Amino acid sequence: MMVSKRQTTAIVLLAGLLLAGCSPIQPWVKPYEREHLADPIMSFDRSPISSGYLDHVFEVREGARGATGSVGGGCGCN
Amino acid sequence: MNTFQQQRVRWLIALAFGLGAVGHADVLPEDRSDVLYHRYDGGGLTVQGPSVLVRKKFGDSFSASYQYYEDLISSASIDVVSQASAYKERRTQNNVGLDYLRGNTLYSIGWINSNEPDYKSNTGFFNISQSMFGDLTTVSFGFAEGWDKVGEVSKGVFQKFVGDADHRNWSVGLSQVLTRNMLLGLNFEADENNGYLQNPYRGVRFVDPFSGKGYSFGAAVSPNTRTGIAGSAQLKYYLPWHAAVDGNYRLYNDTWGITANTAKLGYTQTLFTDWTLEASARYYWQTAANFYSDLFPYQNSQNFMSRDRELAQFHSLTLGLGASYEFHPAWPRWIDKGTLNFNYNRMRIDYLDFHNNLILSAVPGDEPLYTLDASVMQFFISFWY
Repeated sequence: MMVSKRQTTAIVLLAGLLLAGCSPIQPWVKPYEREHLADPIMSFDRSPISSGYLDHVFEVREGARGATGSVGGGCGCN
Repeated sequence: MNTFQQQRVRWLIALAFGLGAVGHADVLPEDRSDVLYHRYDGGGLTVQGPSVLVRKKFGDSFSASYQYYEDLISSASIDVVSQASAYKERRTQNNVGLDYLRGNTLYSIGWINSNEPDYKSNTGFFNISQSMFGDLTTVSFGFAEGWDKVGEVSKGVFQKFVGDADHRNWSVGLSQVLTRNMLLGLNFEADENNGYLQNPYRGVRFVDPFSGKGYSFGAAVSPNTRTGIAGSAQLKYYLPWHAAVDGNYRLYNDTWGITANTAKLGYTQTLFTDWTLEASARYYWQTAANFYSDLFPYQNSQNFMSRDRELAQFHSLTLGLGASYEFHPAWPRWIDKGTLNFNYNRMRIDYLDFHNNLILSAVPGDEPLYTLDASVMQFFISFWY
């Protein structure tokens, strides 16, 4: 069976990709490059007590809930 | 007297009380304490009260937390005025949690108890979080189960329990470092509810030619099961002038026919060395539940009927502002730093199929649509130690 040049190229590329999966993933953002990410203003939830309260204010007045990644709590009054 | 404890799952508290869906798994949460005063004022309802959250590490592997929360409620909302009389009541909630760190894995468990005169709720939760790929990725999984007892109160006196409600919730979360300036958070949740899932105090409105107003109120009936799913994505980006911008989108759908979208934009700006200012805009819109109607054609016209405005079609806009001032007290010396914080949110809800029946109309159902304007205020002080 003859293997075309294009097929050979595809096989080599595929093999390369598969072999790359055997090596550990290298972090593309090094620890010393995370200064900005470590800044408190980059936190998704800087004050859980506050975001939790606000989430609950919405939750008791809306039909949707969940997937906020934050705290609930509070009453659900008329 | 007409009190109401909404069927709200406490596990949402659980999912983040110990961990936060986009937290880092290889470190324990910070040692900090917060003391908060909150106040909601809108639509004839005032809810205010304190909350305290304390978190402390023990050794290198454990962190414990406790939160107390209280609502003092004074209500003369449209629902209360329409079908009963104004009331006051108090709700308290206690949360305890424990985190255990082992390697890159964080295990969290906890318990939440909520107590009102006519609503008792207990929730247990478990969460596991694992960081990987050089701490660029954190995945988490959580499960919670809650058990509620729903009752009725009249003139301040407990009458009877009307039913039980059980809740189960599963969640998965992903936190991903995308670049040296950008973070991504993904969350997915599914919840299942069984039992008494309606408000015992709210009835439905139906056309009644024998009534002077042209309508009367009757009993509401909701299905005794409800299953919902929610997925969200959030991005946060660091700006070179020591500021951050974030965006969040959530899609929700449940078996009652409600589909909801939430979109939020936020901006955080530091000022001088000790001030942090925040601004946010949140837009929410939802479809109505299948069995919701503002005005049914006659009494008992359907198997399931509700006029809960939380199940109506509406959209809302909330604008928020916040300020935080950081300080470093000389005494006591074990406190590293503190912050004074103030947040204010203005919320407006425009209902699209819930009419203001307090305004008289010649034809029932022709009343103007109801709108709700509310102020939500928080003042809190935080300490790190």
